[in-house]
Amino acid sequence: MRLEPKPTPPLGVTLLFPVAAIAATLVITSLLVLAAGASPFSVFYLVARGAAGTQFAALETLTRATPLIFTGLAVAVAFRAKLWNIGAEAQLYIGGVVTIVLGTGALPLPSFLLIPVIMLAAMAAGALLLLGPAVLKTRFGVDEVVTTLLLNFIVLLFVSMLLEGPLKDPMGLGWPQSQRVVAEAQLPRIIQGKRLHYGFVIALCAAAIVWVIMKKTVLGYEMRAVGHNAEAASFAGIPVNRVLMKTALLSGGLAALAGFSEVSGLKGNLTLDLSPGYGYSGIVVAMLAMLNPLGVVASAIFVAGIFVGADAMSRTAGVPSYIADVMVATALLTMVTAILMSRYRMRWR
Amino acid sequence: MEQALEILFTASFWVAAIRIASPLIFATMGELICERAGVLNLGIEGIMTAGAFAGWFTVYAGGDLWTGVLVAALAGAMFGLLHATLTVPLGLSQHVVGIGVTLLASSLTYFIYRLALPEVTSPPKIAPFEALAIPGLSSIPIIGPALFNQTPLTYLAFATVAIVAWVLYRTPLGLAIRAAGENPAAVEAQGISVTGIRMGAVMVGSALMAVGGAFLTMSAFNSFFFQMINGRGWICIALVVFGSWRPGKALLGAILFAAFDAYQVRLQQLSGGVVPYQVFLMMPYVLSILALVLVARRATYPKALMIPYQKGER
Repeated sequence: MRLEPKPTPPLGVTLLFPVAAIAATLVITSLLVLAAGASPFSVFYLVARGAAGTQFAALETLTRATPLIFTGLAVAVAFRAKLWNIGAEAQLYIGGVVTIVLGTGALPLPSFLLIPVIMLAAMAAGALLLLGPAVLKTRFGVDEVVTTLLLNFIVLLFVSMLLEGPLKDPMGLGWPQSQRVVAEAQLPRIIQGKRLHYGFVIALCAAAIVWVIMKKTVLGYEMRAVGHNAEAASFAGIPVNRVLMKTALLSGGLAALAGFSEVSGLKGNLTLDLSPGYGYSGIVVAMLAMLNPLGVVASAIFVAGIFVGADAMSRTAGVPSYIADVMVATALLTMVTAILMSRYRMRWR
Repeated sequence: MEQALEILFTASFWVAAIRIASPLIFATMGELICERAGVLNLGIEGIMTAGAFAGWFTVYAGGDLWTGVLVAALAGAMFGLLHATLTVPLGLSQHVVGIGVTLLASSLTYFIYRLALPEVTSPPKIAPFEALAIPGLSSIPIIGPALFNQTPLTYLAFATVAIVAWVLYRTPLGLAIRAAGENPAAVEAQGISVTGIRMGAVMVGSALMAVGGAFLTMSAFNSFFFQMINGRGWICIALVVFGSWRPGKALLGAILFAAFDAYQVRLQQLSGGVVPYQVFLMMPYVLSILALVLVARRATYPKALMIPYQKGER
């Protein structure tokens, strides 16, 4: 068998590939549903209803999509330049830590100043966290996949240390949790009494800004060039290492915003279960979106819908909610295969 | 201070070090085979999870211990086949596919675990492999208990290193594997299929990773729980680099690493809670990163690592 490149298909056909990948995912995971003794049709219907069937469900999906948009953007930006940032989880937690450090009364500022200050500080912290692996990659040739992955474990232990030490809530009855952020540091809810908060709006703005950076600026062009062929980019006079540094800063900063928005908009405080793997799911979100920043919004909502819907489904149908994680992982693999099919044709001989 | 040094001369410390090293040895050898053939296998973390579950569940369901090891290896090989199909003939990004396989293998494992044991809060234990003392050798002070009074799986881990080293350096198959990772066109010129070699290497390597995971449930913790691999797979990837892709060196790296790990636990008890325990728990991960930085400058990656090969392409 060999692969031959084929001409780039028109946009309409390209959009069919995520659809095909999702269809393949449903077929594969329906086998597991059958194994669990349930009917795939009713289970997928329950997932869909749990994700978008009611106003409550739809808002919950958008709430869950918010951190995924940030981590998805972080991964999309990094992967575009072939900087393999698998550490969005760690950057998210660092963003949460900064939000707690600055947002629990340390800065006596009004809301319209405090929130931007916290956002910038969180982004800076996340950016610096990814700068480490990026420097190790460009200076010493250390593979950033392994360093960013290992940093996830280190940072989680670091957060655990903070939550049992300096950041521990004295009123927390001994639980490893931080104090709650002050009212000025909280992102308001979009609809009174519902969980959806302005973090979602910030995420949409972030997606638009990242889209502009990627498509309309020199930096975006350089990032794509480095990702496509670093050697050729270097030959064309693009400072590859500097571009990778900037990519790392942008990517780490975006992932940290996920932590900021979860703490400041949703949870109010920092605990060790701030993220159920949003950093890793961000990889799937970015790949489903084919690394397109605007596509990230759609795929984040889709992935969030699977998680929210599966939670609701498992309560009624008795199929373990881990089916959502299986679906998301399968979607990642079917998606990369679908993208390949769109660019190459297979010749058997 | 003296107490901290005395630890190094106790048998129990070295017994623990070798026990901690055993799963790492299996998985490191697995990753080493994959990378030597030119494929980075980031599925390792998930494959170890799947192996840990498969081995444990087989015994829990009434199977024999060695059947459990075999089932774990087969489960690993199946995920290896998936990884290899996507990365070798299809040439997809080994980074993305590897992460995908890890996500799939671990979520599938958790799904099946929940399906099989819906209401269980504390995971049931199995009767694990017992220590098997080798007569005579096991009575040597310190070395005896550490090396010759371990479970059969530990002996198998050491045997695996010898076998991997022998196959890689002393057989035509090993030459083909190494060449597939250095110069695949040369392998094809010999009439050997690069695709076949690479897919086989990834499957065998993944089987070893799964056995490494199974060691944890069948020879260490005796039960399966969530997140139990806890980054060991990623550490093994660092160990392969640290061992410059050589089985012997990687073995030494794994033992050295495990010794540090066993040491930090004892140091933690000695420090009496002055230093937060998380600092000690961080050390293995920090150490892995330091090891990578240390060897990075003189690391000679297999030249065709992560480069997909297409027949007849220049």
